[in-house]
Amino acid sequence: MKTYYSVLRLRLKIGLQYRTAAWAGIATQFFFGIIQIMVFEAFYQHSAHTPPISLKELITYLWLQQAFLAFIMLWFRDNELFNLITSGNIAYELCRPAGIYGYWFARLLSQRLSSAFLRCFPILLIAFCIPEPHRMTLPPSWTSFVLFLSALVLGLLVLVAISMFIYISVFVTMSPAGSTLIFAVVGEFFSGIIIPIPLMPEWLQKVTGWLPFHLTADFPFRVYSGHIPPPEAAMGVLAQIIWLVLLVGTGMFALKKVLRRVVVQGG
Amino acid sequence: MIKVEGLGKSFKVAKRTEGLRQSVRSLFHREYTTVQALKDISFSIEPGEIVGYIGPNGAGKSTTIKIMSGILVPDQGSCSIMGYTPWKERVAYVKNIGVVFGQRSQLWWDVPVIDSFELLRDIYKVAPQDYKQNVELLVETLHLQDILYSPVRQLSLGQRMRCEIAASLIHSPQILFLDEPTIGLDAVSKLAVRQFIKTINKEKGITVILTTHDMNDIEALANRVILIGRGSLLFDGNLNELRSKFGTQKTIVADYQQNVNPIQIPNASIVSWTPERAILNVDTNKAVISEVITQLSDQLELIDVSIEGKPIEEIVLQLYKEYQI
Repeated sequence: MKTYYSVLRLRLKIGLQYRTAAWAGIATQFFFGIIQIMVFEAFYQHSAHTPPISLKELITYLWLQQAFLAFIMLWFRDNELFNLITSGNIAYELCRPAGIYGYWFARLLSQRLSSAFLRCFPILLIAFCIPEPHRMTLPPSWTSFVLFLSALVLGLLVLVAISMFIYISVFVTMSPAGSTLIFAVVGEFFSGIIIPIPLMPEWLQKVTGWLPFHLTADFPFRVYSGHIPPPEAAMGVLAQIIWLVLLVGTGMFALKKVLRRVVVQGG
Repeated sequence: MIKVEGLGKSFKVAKRTEGLRQSVRSLFHREYTTVQALKDISFSIEPGEIVGYIGPNGAGKSTTIKIMSGILVPDQGSCSIMGYTPWKERVAYVKNIGVVFGQRSQLWWDVPVIDSFELLRDIYKVAPQDYKQNVELLVETLHLQDILYSPVRQLSLGQRMRCEIAASLIHSPQILFLDEPTIGLDAVSKLAVRQFIKTINKEKGITVILTTHDMNDIEALANRVILIGRGSLLFDGNLNELRSKFGTQKTIVADYQQNVNPIQIPNASIVSWTPERAILNVDTNKAVISEVITQLSDQLELIDVSIEGKPIEEIVLQLYKEYQI
């Protein structure tokens, strides 16, 4: 456990070195948040029938997306890990008395945590202060809020578990670009980052329901806004736990497989 | 302590062919060739030894090190180090070893060296007291005082290598694998590294296995060499034995006052001759060096004489010819 904590601390320290990046990130995400909200506002004004999610809920949903971008984006990656694999520096990781899966999981998790930690508070602060109707709202109840927190944390773990497969696949493909792109495009679409899931056609919503991606981004944010009521949210949290066990299990197995036949690149 | 028996490892390499058409075809049909990296390698190493593991590029040195440090899984053979099979009990085993890959880095690039050390401390679960002691010793013997708090990216290669070696010893391993630890270092840094390896071997009794292309490393450190070439073990024993077995050819370079008469030395072949300088080849099985020099000084007014053994690289080449590989 201490190992993981140390990785987290070191990552945070590195993250804090890049203050300019953090400020730029905040500005970008704030900008994108506003643009997206305006686009959906325009849609909503000219919509013929009542949309399945209210504009108020949607605005909160979009702000949360921007604030916790580092928790939900699959393209958010650790290039050092890719380098380790493709250049052969993996050799060093393999002579540590720690399971690679746990160690890398901690590493990826801490990278996302440090990034979100630096960015979410200013964005949330601004989102709560800007004038109506673009202002972010508080969750409808304490229950919703507590459920949101657990859903957010579990969602992050599920996301990291999914992203582990990107790194595992690089052992086979040796090219991070392809793996990242496929995971990012598929994952982001099915997690409702491009179009919020409630606005998707019925059949597509069913498809997303069978995939783990929506549990990372869409689900926690809808729990916050109260669009998913607490009883249903509790079921969702259960689904997150099941998916997490499943993904970590298969990830560990796959990593073990690729490591058995690993070729340390470059001499 | 280390017992390796019949180790073999091959790699499958996809054939890449020339030309676009062939490349397109290889999208659908891949041909593989098998490269035998190691064949039937056996040796054993006792605690406290320093063993130089040498051989030309691509001989399989690094592959052996990687198998012995639990990174690669061999195809054949067994390996028992301190009672562990490295690739089977990796996590339990690697606590006891330190590894330095001269061409790679284990330090985190963006943060000061000390942060990487602290992370390693937590990964290896080193007790605070031991950690403090070890770091103090390492800082002192490797002269790290001034660089401990600089980010790794600002260090020179020599500084970084010293930190890399220190990083591999924070958990007080009993065996240290050094894969080309002096690659790219200048003379001063090389000396520092060698001195350090000697010190830890003597004071802490750490078993050291090092690969290198710098024969001076071997001469300064290792009393035993294991020589491999194209995956096979060619020689295992004392460095001087290797010399006396294969390095019996000596080259004598003599500078002298101008002398127009060609010299006559029995049992030595003259490689080149000018009125000021002669280069001779002597086989120590057939002639005694001191006699050759006596004869030289009888015939000439010598200014300078140097005797060079055959460089180990050439011995290796000779071995290749002998074993026809």
